[in-house]
Amino acid sequence: MIRLEKRPQPSRAVSLATPLLAVLATMVFGGLMFAVMGKDPVTSIITIFWQPLFGEFAFYYRPQLLIKGAPLVLIAIGLSLGFKAGIWNIGAEGQYIMGALFGAGVGLALYPLDSFIVFPLMVLAGAFGGWIWAMIPALLKVRFGTNEILVSLMLVYVAESLLASMSLGLLKNPEGFGFPGSRNLQQYESAFNADLIEGTGMHWGVVAALIAVILAYVLMTKHRLGFAIRVTGEAPRAARFSGVNPARLVLFCLGTSGLLAGLAGLFEVAGPAGQVTIDFNVGYGFTAIIVAFLGRLHPIGILLAGGLMALTYIGGDIAQSQLGLPAAAIQVFQGMLLFFLLALDVLTNYRLRLGKPEVA
Amino acid sequence: MDLSAINPILFVAGFLVAATPLIFAATGELVVEKSGVLNLGVEGMMIIGAICGFAGAVETGSPLLGFAAAALGGALLSLLFAFLTQVTLANQVASGLALTLFGLGLSSLLGQPYVGVTPPRLPDVDLGLLADIPVVGPILFTHDIILYLGLVLVAAVWAVLKFTRAGLILRAVGESHDAAHALGYPVKRIRTLAIVFGGACAGIGGAYISLIRVPQWTEGMTAGIGWIALALVVFASWKPWRLLLGAYLFGGIDQLQLNLQGAGVAIPVEYLDMSPYVTTIVVLVILSRDKSAAPASLGRIFHASS
Repeated sequence: MIRLEKRPQPSRAVSLATPLLAVLATMVFGGLMFAVMGKDPVTSIITIFWQPLFGEFAFYYRPQLLIKGAPLVLIAIGLSLGFKAGIWNIGAEGQYIMGALFGAGVGLALYPLDSFIVFPLMVLAGAFGGWIWAMIPALLKVRFGTNEILVSLMLVYVAESLLASMSLGLLKNPEGFGFPGSRNLQQYESAFNADLIEGTGMHWGVVAALIAVILAYVLMTKHRLGFAIRVTGEAPRAARFSGVNPARLVLFCLGTSGLLAGLAGLFEVAGPAGQVTIDFNVGYGFTAIIVAFLGRLHPIGILLAGGLMALTYIGGDIAQSQLGLPAAAIQVFQGMLLFFLLALDVLTNYRLRLGKPEVA
Repeated sequence: MDLSAINPILFVAGFLVAATPLIFAATGELVVEKSGVLNLGVEGMMIIGAICGFAGAVETGSPLLGFAAAALGGALLSLLFAFLTQVTLANQVASGLALTLFGLGLSSLLGQPYVGVTPPRLPDVDLGLLADIPVVGPILFTHDIILYLGLVLVAAVWAVLKFTRAGLILRAVGESHDAAHALGYPVKRIRTLAIVFGGACAGIGGAYISLIRVPQWTEGMTAGIGWIALALVVFASWKPWRLLLGAYLFGGIDQLQLNLQGAGVAIPVEYLDMSPYVTTIVVLVILSRDKSAAPASLGRIFHASS
């Protein structure tokens, strides 16, 4: 019989090893799943993890890695702050959409103004859109004690409806021949979030993600607020005695994650996506939850995890076109990863012991 | 706009149907939460139930076998959650989210061959003369067996929790797992059983959407109903009868907005679409002040040696 025995100290080595083990386990079980679907498991895994990085057309896929990874990292960094403190914002998808709507809205309102000020204004509006959307669950939690998980999630559906309404109505391209969707911002130079270095995928969103990683790292290790977040997550009562203001922490954590998600939405809609359409959002807000956990809620970990998750997206696309692997298979694959990670996490705090339990 | 297009009798009968998925999913979750576990994976279990039920009904030609398959699918998925939270002691919030993300992916993978297929119809129960009573008859007595089963489920859960020893033990585990453990009750086993029961109920709720409410399969068709079910448990302060009331409220709003869409009201469709979610938030705000009814051990991890 296998028992769990509590470790006196959480093991740091195991904590670092579990994400790697989880990835390996996902490869094995994901491979099995692909085999069940009648695909060669080894080819599938190689296609997903190797081709985008080192395959024949890697030069084309590597920039994609930055484009897909940046929003994931940006959102996950924000989520990780709250998750560490036990504040669960799972509505990042909605904040992402609102950031895109606010940001693109400003850009489209200024069309065809040709000025260097357009894009910075859009960035501000995008950040504000995400922030204000996250403030709804935050204020309701602070004021009424409402559960932020449910409220932030409900707001995703509200945001999706707003997105549909905007792309069919207010933000619809007047020269779009009646098709839904806004003007393409890629064709509006002052608003376009272009590659900073041609062909690298390095746009402002990538820069913002890197800055967020650095700031989060400094915040968590050096700043008083980071300490407050950690203490609140580990011992809420102790946090209150040490003078942490829980309401302010809720506003800060939800606000920051909303702001970052909003930025991610703006950079996406003004760059890779180009226009506000009913389904321009591709679930980054939800995938970022996996990224945050996979990165152990640590900024550097999240950076790596974001890269890995971007890899599965791109590899998944390749596997879809080359092997006919359905897109949903990659979603399952990502879900599996989170399962294995959560299951293996037990080894950080507990040791497995074989044998009968001792009689106490 | 033509409000007279809304037939009040069909409307009321329709919202009983709209409430049924919520009744199943929320009653299951109520039992889970009474045992002290917070399973946020309801949406994932519902969508798996929706596709398992749909596939089961199409393949066997029997809607009832479809519902059985849905219960099984939901229960199997919930076992994953039970494993994560009861065996490997993972965080319940994270595990529930994982269940939903995984369930959404898996269901769209499983559902690919079923897009555009029409499922076999579950006939209405023949209640003879009762259905012929004017007004009341068509509203109350012209439904399928699963809808009535939902009402039976609420009554049964209420009775079991209130009057039986099993219900008492379940509540004891939810209020104080340490005390229940000290008394010799197998906390983890009881919680696992509750989780699996919740999974089966959510599965049936999901299948009710894909087999009866909408009768077709589309990706992500549960569209947040699982999350509304979670809110409903809070709304009901963990009481089965209040849960029924809440389900009718939400079912009514959902049905009303669909009817208004059909009647061509001047409000854009997208704004009607968001009304159930906005209502949920408003209701949560109104009811969130009183948390005294929540089981005391809700969401806490239990490990015997700690």
